[in-house]
Parts: sequence; C-alpha cells; structure tokens
Amino acid sequence: MKHRASTHAYKECLRRKECCNKVIAIIDYGMGNLHSVSKAVERLGYETVVTSDADAILAADAAILPGVGAFGDAMDNLRATGLDAVTKQYAASGKPMLGICLGMQLLFSESEEYGTHTGLDLLPGSVVRFQGDYKVPHMGWNKLSFRQPSALFEGLEEGHVYFVHSYHVKPELASDLLATVDYYQPVTAIVGRGNVFGMQFHPEKSGDLGMRLLEGFLGLTKHQEAAV
Amino acid sequence: MLAKRIIPCLDVKDGRVVKGVNFVNLRDAGDPVELAATYDREGADELVFLDISASVEGRATMVEVVKRTAGEITIPFTVGGGISHVDDMKRLLRAGADKIGINTAAIRNPQLISDGARKFGSQCIVVAIDAKFNPEWGEWEIFTHGGRNGTGIRALEWAREAERRGAGELLLTSMDADGTKDGFDLKLTRAVSELVSIPVIASGGAGRVEHFHDVFTEGKADAGLAATIFHYKEMTIQEVKDDLKRKGVEVR
Repeated sequence: MKHRASTHAYKECLRRKECCNKVIAIIDYGMGNLHSVSKAVERLGYETVVTSDADAILAADAAILPGVGAFGDAMDNLRATGLDAVTKQYAASGKPMLGICLGMQLLFSESEEYGTHTGLDLLPGSVVRFQGDYKVPHMGWNKLSFRQPSALFEGLEEGHVYFVHSYHVKPELASDLLATVDYYQPVTAIVGRGNVFGMQFHPEKSGDLGMRLLEGFLGLTKHQEAAV
Repeated sequence: MLAKRIIPCLDVKDGRVVKGVNFVNLRDAGDPVELAATYDREGADELVFLDISASVEGRATMVEVVKRTAGEITIPFTVGGGISHVDDMKRLLRAGADKIGINTAAIRNPQLISDGARKFGSQCIVVAIDAKFNPEWGEWEIFTHGGRNGTGIRALEWAREAERRGAGELLLTSMDADGTKDGFDLKLTRAVSELVSIPVIASGGAGRVEHFHDVFTEGKADAGLAATIFHYKEMTIQEVKDDLKRKGVEVR
C-alpha cells in the first residue's frame, strides 16, 4: 500500500489481507483541511487513509477526527453522512481515537456555539465561549501543564503548542482532563478516557512537541497489538 | 499565557525565494520549502510567504509551493501577495496554508475581508497594513505598492475597520522604519495594538535582538516579523528568543 491510500485502494488491501503497516483513518466529513494532519501522520511512519467510508474507518488501526469550523455545522455533516454513528462505533471498538481541535470538542455532550447543539457525547462536558476582557480567539503558542500521567506524553516535557479556538471544553469529570494551558483561566488542552483522546491544539502545527504528542497517540496502536 | 511569536518572512517569485538569502548547508537556498523547513527547525513560531510573482504562472507555482510546504513543516504559515478573490483564498487554504494575507485588494474592496472571514473563519484572515507617518495629519496613512502610493486613508481607522469586518490578525508594517534596522516603529505599533483587540504582528525595522523586546513591551505587539536579518544570519531566531527569555518575556 502507498503512504497515503485512496479509500478504494485501502479496501482492496483489506480484502486481500495485504495491509502490513498500521493504517490511520483520517475521518473526512467536509470540515477543514486534512492535508497537514495526514502528512504529519505519514511523516511519523504510518499509512493514512483520508476517508468518509464507514468500513474503511472501522478497519483502521486508529482514527483521527479533525475539524475546523462551527460545532453545529460539523455535527450536521456527521449526522448527514452517518459518520456520527461510525465514530461512536469506533470509540466502542477500543481502538485509539483522537479528536483534534473542533474534533475534540465534538467528543463532548454539547456546545453553545450559535445555539445549543448536541455532540457525540463520548465524554461528558460542554463547550463554552471564551468570555472576558481579553483577545478571542485564543490564538498562538501556549504552554501545556500535564494534570495526570498519560501514555500520550510519557517522557515528554511540558512545552508550547499551537491553539486557534474561540470556544473551549469544560469536562464534567476531572479524571478526563489530561492537560491544560493558562489563558485567563485553566483551558482544557488534552482530554482522554480509555481509548478516546482529544487535543484542543493542532499537534500537526505545534513543532517538535506536537509531533511527539501525535506519536504518543499513534504509539497506542502498538500497545493494542500487545494486548491482543 | 500566549508566547510572543517570532515570524520570518520569505519573498517568493515564481516559486523561488528572491530576497537576501544567505543560508549555508542548504542543497538549494532558493527553494522556499527547504528554507521554511530550516526556519521551522530553528524555532520560528510561524512563517509568512509573500508572493511577488507578477504572472498567472507564477501564482500557480505558489499553490505548489504551499502544498509542498504544508507537508514539510510543523508550524502555521500565512500566504500573502496578490490575493484579490475568495477563490484565491480557497485555493491556497486547500493547498495547506493556515492563513491568508490581504493588503491592496482589501483596501480596494473591504468586503473581501468580510467575505473571507465569513467563509473561512476570522483566524484565516490576516490584513496587512503598510503605514507611513503623515506629518500634516499628525498620524499614519496607508500606503500601497511598497510605500510609493498614498491612499488618503488613516491607518488607525483602517485597522479598526479591518477588525470590524472580521480580520483575525493585523500585519502592520511601518514604511518609515522598514529597512532602517533602527528598530520597530513603537509608536505606530502601540497605537494600533491599543486600538484593536485582535493580535498585531509588527514588521519593519528590526536590526538588533533587543528590538523585539521593545516591540513586545513598549509596542504591545503580539508577534514580530523580520526578513533580511534572519536571511543574512545577522541574528538567529534562537538569539532573539534567548534575549526575550532573559528579560522575562514568554516565548516558545
């Protein structure tokens, strides 16, 4: 299989049982630029398939839910394509899943971005707007504080990563909160429970630390194998 | 809190870096992608590509450069120069640019800011402002064409208008300071930074490491941009950041 496969080529590989490397599905639901994310994953030595095909997503070793834009539009797109159910099914499979930026926010129960919208509800919590006498969006490099140990950042030092967002997540459970940054308040930066993770920043735009965090997530596909 | 950003700017013509590049150990010092990757490794927080191609072919080449860059670097980058339609923005964002810089076209047609912001989000739209002090007014005037043509528009008014229309950031170049290496225009930068509530990138005049400290503290800028001093290795990004860190300014 090529470094980045088309949905068709990937399914053909699966049919022939020829896939040898770990394949990461980048879920394509029409929100945002997926090129940088898939390139970053490929640079770390993984195959990618950018796809909206349910079978291709469910067969992948890990799935990434990216996203830039408005929460409501994103949920509408996911529902219209049936990818909301696929994403939930993927999360239930136990294989590693990562939401990035808006993709992380979608993992939660609801958002108040332009009205109240229900999310995928994989993690309890809500998405609220930054409010106060400071610059919004929260845009630029901010320094992570790790709140509890995680396989995602084992052995890594706290450093700066790149954010662009006007809404932020308030997780209901402190146990789901893995890292925060300080922007006039503690802001949720990394969340995780079991196999489901989220990063509010863009790891693919966050220099070396971003790549290491992405690598930490992708490395979970190997643990997966060891567990089986 | 957010770190102050250091941003090198690359002038690109027909897919090649044209102005003042003095890197050693590069296979091809004129290749914007290779230079971008070098700056990424050296600690740049963002990059700006300014496309100065005059031809249609040159602009098409820029899309290729953007595509290749997006696959190589791990920091955000802005593309500006000659962008006058929402379609141009879409093409470059699709190719992997994070932000689009608009200048003259926005002055001619301010609706371009609103349209771009609505379609792609404010965070994608950087309005570039080239300002020069007008002694008769006692304030700054917007200039186009590299500072040759005055527009009769007051820079502060335009900055506010750009914000109101949805610009996510302002790239503010002082035509008075540009090329002097005597430091950023602190008065102009501070006036704009205090007026708007979107980030301001200061540009023009950087010549010594401490100029960045001045523009972040006295000038209240969120980011500092420079070209020649980095290209000619008069200072490295790390040197600038070390100086800032020593003085207590948060950097990555």
